[in-house]
Amino acid sequence: MTDTHTTPLHAPVKLDDTDRHILNRLQEGFPICSRPFARLAPDLSLSESDLIARVQYLRQSGVLTRFGPLFQIEALGGAYCLVAMSVPEKRWDSVVKTVNRHPEVAHNYRRAHALNMWFVLATASAQDLEACLTTIETETGLPVFAFPKEQEYALSLKLEL
Amino acid sequence: MEHLNPAYTALIHASQQGLAIEPQPYLRLAQALGVSEAYVIKQFQTMLDQGLIRRIAAIPNHYALGYVANGMCVWNIADERLDTVGTWLGSQAGVSHCYRRPRRLPAWPYNLFAMLHGKDHDTVRAQAKNISMHITQHFPGVLHDHDILFSTAILKKTGLRLRRP
Repeated sequence: MTDTHTTPLHAPVKLDDTDRHILNRLQEGFPICSRPFARLAPDLSLSESDLIARVQYLRQSGVLTRFGPLFQIEALGGAYCLVAMSVPEKRWDSVVKTVNRHPEVAHNYRRAHALNMWFVLATASAQDLEACLTTIETETGLPVFAFPKEQEYALSLKLEL
Repeated sequence: MEHLNPAYTALIHASQQGLAIEPQPYLRLAQALGVSEAYVIKQFQTMLDQGLIRRIAAIPNHYALGYVANGMCVWNIADERLDTVGTWLGSQAGVSHCYRRPRRLPAWPYNLFAMLHGKDHDTVRAQAKNISMHITQHFPGVLHDHDILFSTAILKKTGLRLRRP
Protein backbone atom coordinates (compact mmCIF):
# COMPACT_ATOMS: atom_id res chain seq x y z
CA MET A 1 0.00 0.00 0.00
CA THR A 2 2.76 2.42 0.90
CA ASP A 3 5.03 3.73 -1.83
CA THR A 4 8.60 3.30 -0.75
CA HIS A 5 10.25 4.02 -4.09
CA THR A 6 11.02 7.27 -5.82
CA THR A 7 8.53 7.81 -8.65
CA PRO A 8 9.64 9.90 -11.62
CA LEU A 9 7.49 12.85 -12.63
CA HIS A 10 4.60 11.63 -14.75
CA ALA A 11 4.79 11.90 -18.53
CA PRO A 12 1.91 13.80 -20.15
CA VAL A 13 -0.97 11.61 -21.39
CA LYS A 14 -2.80 12.39 -24.65
CA LEU A 15 -6.42 13.41 -24.09
CA ASP A 16 -9.20 14.17 -26.55
CA ASP A 17 -11.87 16.87 -26.14
CA THR A 18 -14.32 14.44 -24.55
CA ASP A 19 -11.73 13.49 -21.92
CA ARG A 20 -11.16 17.18 -21.19
CA HIS A 21 -14.88 17.82 -20.76
CA ILE A 22 -15.11 14.84 -18.43
CA LEU A 23 -12.14 16.05 -16.36
CA ASN A 24 -13.48 19.59 -16.12
CA ARG A 25 -16.89 18.30 -15.06
CA LEU A 26 -15.56 15.74 -12.57
CA GLN A 27 -13.39 18.32 -10.79
CA GLU A 28 -16.54 20.25 -9.89
CA GLY A 29 -18.28 17.44 -8.11
CA PHE A 30 -19.86 14.05 -8.63
CA PRO A 31 -23.59 13.44 -8.07
CA ILE A 32 -24.72 11.64 -4.93
CA CYS A 33 -27.46 9.33 -6.18
CA SER A 34 -27.95 5.69 -7.10
CA ARG A 35 -26.77 5.99 -10.73
CA PRO A 36 -24.41 9.01 -10.73
CA PHE A 37 -22.73 8.22 -14.06
CA ALA A 38 -26.13 7.85 -15.73
CA ARG A 39 -27.08 11.29 -14.40
CA LEU A 40 -23.87 12.94 -15.68
CA ALA A 41 -23.61 11.17 -19.04
CA PRO A 42 -26.20 13.23 -21.00
CA ASP A 43 -24.40 16.51 -20.11
CA LEU A 44 -21.32 15.07 -21.80
CA SER A 45 -23.24 13.55 -24.75
CA LEU A 46 -22.16 10.05 -23.72
CA SER A 47 -23.90 6.88 -22.66
CA GLU A 48 -23.50 5.76 -19.06
CA SER A 49 -21.27 2.83 -20.10
CA ASP A 50 -19.06 5.01 -22.33
CA LEU A 51 -18.60 7.54 -19.53
CA ILE A 52 -17.66 4.79 -17.08
CA ALA A 53 -15.17 3.31 -19.54
CA ARG A 54 -13.58 6.75 -20.09
CA VAL A 55 -13.30 7.46 -16.35
CA GLN A 56 -11.82 3.98 -15.75
CA TYR A 57 -9.22 4.70 -18.44
CA LEU A 58 -8.40 8.14 -16.92
CA ARG A 59 -7.97 6.53 -13.50
CA GLN A 60 -5.88 3.59 -14.77
CA SER A 61 -3.60 5.76 -16.90
CA GLY A 62 -2.85 7.95 -13.88
CA VAL A 63 -4.54 11.11 -15.25
CA LEU A 64 -6.77 10.95 -12.18
CA THR A 65 -4.87 10.39 -8.96
CA ARG A 66 -8.09 10.10 -6.99
CA PHE A 67 -11.77 9.80 -7.59
CA GLY A 68 -14.00 9.97 -4.56
CA PRO A 69 -14.91 11.99 -1.46
CA LEU A 70 -12.48 14.70 -0.34
CA PHE A 71 -12.83 14.73 3.41
CA GLN A 72 -12.48 17.96 5.36
CA ILE A 73 -10.33 16.18 7.87
CA GLU A 74 -10.02 19.10 10.30
CA ALA A 75 -13.81 19.46 10.51
CA LEU A 76 -13.92 15.72 11.28
CA GLY A 77 -11.51 16.13 14.19
CA GLY A 78 -8.37 15.10 12.35
CA ALA A 79 -5.27 17.10 11.54
CA TYR A 80 -3.12 17.97 8.53
CA CYS A 81 0.37 19.42 8.64
CA LEU A 82 2.98 20.39 6.06
CA VAL A 83 6.42 19.21 7.15
CA ALA A 84 9.91 19.88 5.78
CA MET A 85 13.27 18.25 6.33
CA SER A 86 16.80 18.87 5.15
CA VAL A 87 18.04 15.41 4.13
CA PRO A 88 21.73 14.79 3.36
CA GLU A 89 22.14 13.41 -0.19
CA LYS A 90 23.99 10.30 0.94
CA ARG A 91 21.10 9.35 3.21
CA TRP A 92 18.36 10.32 0.74
CA ASP A 93 17.02 6.88 -0.26
CA SER A 94 16.89 5.52 3.26
CA VAL A 95 15.17 8.62 4.65
CA VAL A 96 12.59 8.52 1.82
CA LYS A 97 11.80 4.92 2.81
CA THR A 98 11.62 5.73 6.51
CA VAL A 99 9.30 8.70 6.01
CA ASN A 100 7.06 7.12 3.35
CA ARG A 101 6.58 3.97 5.41
CA HIS A 102 4.20 5.97 7.63
CA PRO A 103 0.62 5.77 6.29
CA GLU A 104 0.10 9.27 7.73
CA VAL A 105 2.36 10.65 4.97
CA ALA A 106 -0.24 11.56 2.34
CA HIS A 107 2.15 12.98 -0.22
CA ASN A 108 5.82 13.74 -0.34
CA TYR A 109 7.83 15.84 -2.80
CA ARG A 110 11.49 16.45 -3.36
CA ARG A 111 12.09 20.18 -3.84
CA ALA A 112 15.11 22.17 -4.97
CA HIS A 113 16.06 23.90 -1.68
CA ALA A 114 18.19 23.28 1.43
CA LEU A 115 14.92 21.97 2.90
CA ASN A 116 14.70 19.33 0.19
CA MET A 117 11.91 17.06 1.42
CA TRP A 118 8.33 18.35 1.88
CA PHE A 119 5.50 16.10 2.93
CA VAL A 120 1.98 16.34 4.31
CA LEU A 121 0.88 14.37 7.37
CA ALA A 122 -2.80 13.50 7.80
CA THR A 123 -3.86 12.04 11.14
CA ALA A 124 -7.04 11.23 13.03
CA SER A 125 -6.17 13.62 15.86
CA ALA A 126 -3.79 16.41 16.86
CA GLN A 127 -2.08 14.06 19.34
CA ASP A 128 -1.41 11.54 16.57
CA LEU A 129 0.17 14.31 14.55
CA GLU A 130 2.60 15.23 17.35
CA ALA A 131 3.42 11.55 17.91
CA CYS A 132 4.09 11.00 14.21
CA LEU A 133 6.41 14.05 14.02
CA THR A 134 8.37 12.81 17.04
CA THR A 135 8.64 9.30 15.59
CA ILE A 136 9.99 10.56 12.26
CA GLU A 137 12.50 12.77 14.06
CA THR A 138 13.65 9.83 16.19
CA GLU A 139 13.80 7.35 13.31
CA THR A 140 15.77 9.63 11.01
CA GLY A 141 17.79 11.53 13.60
CA LEU A 142 17.06 14.68 11.57
CA PRO A 143 15.23 17.84 12.67
CA VAL A 144 11.65 18.08 11.40
CA PHE A 145 10.13 21.50 10.64
CA ALA A 146 6.35 21.52 11.06
CA PHE A 147 4.38 24.17 9.17
CA PRO A 148 0.80 23.91 10.44
CA LYS A 149 -1.82 25.91 8.55
CA GLU A 150 -2.61 29.08 10.51
CA GLN A 151 -5.03 30.62 8.02
CA GLU A 152 -6.46 29.38 4.72
CA TYR A 153 -6.75 31.91 1.88
CA ALA A 154 -7.41 29.43 -0.97
CA LEU A 155 -7.66 25.72 -1.23
CA SER A 156 -8.60 24.09 -4.49
CA LEU A 157 -7.22 24.67 -7.92
CA LYS A 158 -9.48 23.82 -10.79
CA LEU A 159 -7.37 23.15 -13.85
CA GLU A 160 -9.15 24.27 -17.03
CA LEU A 161 -8.29 21.61 -19.59
CA MET B 1 -13.29 17.96 18.65
CA GLU B 2 -10.29 15.80 19.51
CA HIS B 3 -11.02 12.64 17.55
CA LEU B 4 -12.83 11.57 14.43
CA ASN B 5 -16.53 11.06 15.04
CA PRO B 6 -16.94 7.25 15.17
CA ALA B 7 -20.18 7.53 13.17
CA TYR B 8 -18.11 8.58 10.16
CA THR B 9 -14.96 6.48 10.55
CA ALA B 10 -16.32 3.33 8.88
CA LEU B 11 -17.47 5.35 5.90
CA ILE B 12 -14.13 7.17 5.66
CA HIS B 13 -12.13 3.96 5.87
CA ALA B 14 -14.27 2.32 3.23
CA SER B 15 -14.03 5.23 0.78
CA GLN B 16 -10.69 6.96 1.38
CA GLN B 17 -9.05 5.04 -1.45
CA GLY B 18 -11.75 6.23 -3.83
CA LEU B 19 -15.07 5.15 -5.27
CA ALA B 20 -15.54 2.17 -7.57
CA ILE B 21 -15.89 3.35 -11.16
CA GLU B 22 -19.03 1.39 -12.04
CA PRO B 23 -22.77 2.13 -12.45
CA GLN B 24 -23.62 2.10 -8.72
CA PRO B 25 -20.50 3.12 -6.77
CA TYR B 26 -22.46 3.93 -3.60
CA LEU B 27 -24.10 0.49 -3.67
CA ARG B 28 -20.64 -1.12 -3.83
CA LEU B 29 -19.58 0.91 -0.80
CA ALA B 30 -22.81 0.02 1.04
CA GLN B 31 -22.22 -3.70 0.41
CA ALA B 32 -18.68 -3.43 1.80
CA LEU B 33 -20.10 -1.78 4.94
CA GLY B 34 -23.15 -4.05 5.27
CA VAL B 35 -25.61 -1.14 5.05
CA SER B 36 -28.09 0.04 2.44
CA GLU B 37 -27.25 2.16 -0.60
CA ALA B 38 -29.81 4.72 0.60
CA TYR B 39 -27.96 5.01 3.94
CA VAL B 40 -24.61 5.70 2.22
CA ILE B 41 -26.19 8.30 -0.08
CA LYS B 42 -27.90 10.03 2.85
CA GLN B 43 -24.70 9.96 4.94
CA PHE B 44 -22.58 11.47 2.13
CA GLN B 45 -25.18 14.15 1.44
CA THR B 46 -25.27 15.07 5.15
CA MET B 47 -21.46 15.20 5.35
CA LEU B 48 -21.37 17.38 2.23
CA ASP B 49 -24.03 19.72 3.64
CA GLN B 50 -22.12 20.01 6.94
CA GLY B 51 -18.78 20.67 5.26
CA LEU B 52 -17.26 17.40 6.45
CA ILE B 53 -16.71 16.43 2.82
CA ARG B 54 -15.46 19.27 0.61
CA ARG B 55 -16.83 17.53 -2.45
CA ILE B 56 -16.93 14.20 -4.20
CA ALA B 57 -14.74 14.72 -7.20
CA ALA B 58 -11.86 13.69 -9.39
CA ILE B 59 -8.35 14.91 -8.64
CA PRO B 60 -6.28 15.16 -11.81
CA ASN B 61 -2.59 14.45 -11.79
CA HIS B 62 -1.07 17.82 -12.74
CA TYR B 63 1.97 16.13 -14.22
CA ALA B 64 0.05 13.74 -16.48
CA LEU B 65 -1.83 16.75 -17.87
CA GLY B 66 1.37 18.58 -18.75
CA TYR B 67 1.39 20.88 -15.71
CA VAL B 68 4.91 19.72 -14.92
CA ALA B 69 6.09 22.89 -13.19
CA ASN B 70 4.80 22.65 -9.65
CA GLY B 71 6.15 25.57 -7.67
CA MET B 72 5.69 26.14 -3.97
CA CYS B 73 5.94 29.93 -3.83
CA VAL B 74 6.70 31.53 -0.49
CA TRP B 75 6.80 35.13 0.68
CA ASN B 76 7.93 36.83 3.86
CA ILE B 77 5.18 39.38 4.52
CA ALA B 78 4.93 41.80 7.44
CA ASP B 79 2.63 40.11 9.96
CA GLU B 80 0.20 43.02 10.32
CA ARG B 81 -0.65 42.99 6.58
CA LEU B 82 -0.47 39.24 6.00
CA ASP B 83 -4.23 38.59 6.04
CA THR B 84 -4.84 41.39 3.54
CA VAL B 85 -2.15 40.16 1.16
CA GLY B 86 -3.12 36.51 1.64
CA THR B 87 -6.79 37.16 0.93
CA TRP B 88 -5.86 38.98 -2.26
CA LEU B 89 -3.40 36.26 -3.34
CA GLY B 90 -5.87 33.45 -2.63
CA SER B 91 -8.34 35.01 -5.05
CA GLN B 92 -5.89 35.07 -7.98
CA ALA B 93 -6.31 32.65 -10.92
CA GLY B 94 -3.92 29.70 -10.93
CA VAL B 95 -3.23 29.90 -7.19
CA SER B 96 -4.09 26.92 -5.02
CA HIS B 97 -3.33 25.97 -1.44
CA CYS B 98 -2.66 29.52 -0.26
CA TYR B 99 -2.00 29.49 3.47
CA ARG B 100 -0.49 31.44 6.34
CA ARG B 101 2.10 29.22 8.08
CA PRO B 102 4.65 29.95 10.83
CA ARG B 103 8.18 31.15 10.13
CA ARG B 104 11.00 28.89 11.39
CA LEU B 105 13.86 31.31 11.97
CA PRO B 106 16.65 31.41 11.04
CA ALA B 107 16.18 28.57 8.53
CA TRP B 108 12.86 29.72 7.13
CA PRO B 109 11.68 33.36 7.07
CA TYR B 110 8.54 32.84 4.94
CA ASN B 111 4.97 33.00 6.26
CA LEU B 112 2.79 33.03 3.12
CA PHE B 113 2.67 29.84 1.03
CA ALA B 114 0.93 29.31 -2.33
CA MET B 115 1.15 26.59 -4.96
CA LEU B 116 1.43 27.74 -8.56
CA HIS B 117 1.01 25.27 -11.42
CA GLY B 118 2.22 25.81 -14.97
CA LYS B 119 3.46 23.97 -18.02
CA ASP B 120 7.06 25.09 -17.49
CA HIS B 121 9.23 26.70 -14.79
CA ASP B 122 9.51 30.05 -16.59
CA THR B 123 5.72 30.45 -16.66
CA VAL B 124 5.55 29.81 -12.92
CA ARG B 125 8.51 32.17 -12.26
CA ALA B 126 6.81 34.90 -14.31
CA GLN B 127 3.55 34.42 -12.44
CA ALA B 128 5.33 34.58 -9.07
CA LYS B 129 7.20 37.71 -10.19
CA ASN B 130 3.91 39.38 -11.19
CA ILE B 131 2.48 38.54 -7.79
CA SER B 132 5.53 40.00 -6.03
CA MET B 133 5.33 43.18 -8.16
CA HIS B 134 1.66 43.55 -7.37
CA ILE B 135 2.29 43.13 -3.63
CA THR B 136 5.08 45.73 -3.76
CA GLN B 137 2.84 48.22 -5.61
CA HIS B 138 -0.40 47.75 -3.73
CA PHE B 139 0.90 46.93 -0.26
CA PRO B 140 4.08 49.03 -0.05
CA GLY B 141 6.74 48.01 2.43
CA VAL B 142 5.19 44.69 3.46
CA LEU B 143 7.13 42.27 1.19
CA HIS B 144 10.54 41.34 2.59
CA ASP B 145 11.60 38.24 0.71
CA HIS B 146 10.39 35.62 -1.76
CA ASP B 147 11.40 32.19 -3.08
CA ILE B 148 10.08 29.37 -5.30
CA LEU B 149 10.67 25.72 -4.47
CA PHE B 150 10.13 23.59 -7.57
CA SER B 151 9.41 19.90 -7.14
CA THR B 152 11.94 17.59 -8.73
CA ALA B 153 10.34 14.23 -7.84
CA ILE B 154 7.10 12.88 -6.43
CA LEU B 155 8.19 10.63 -3.58
CA LYS B 156 4.67 9.60 -2.58
CA LYS B 157 1.14 10.55 -3.54
CA THR B 158 -1.46 8.38 -1.88
CA GLY B 159 -3.70 10.98 -0.27
CA LEU B 160 -5.44 10.54 3.04
CA ARG B 161 -4.98 7.09 4.63
CA LEU B 162 -6.15 7.13 8.21
CA ARG B 163 -5.03 4.23 10.36
CA ARG B 164 -7.80 2.05 11.73
CA PRO B 165 -8.33 2.85 15.40
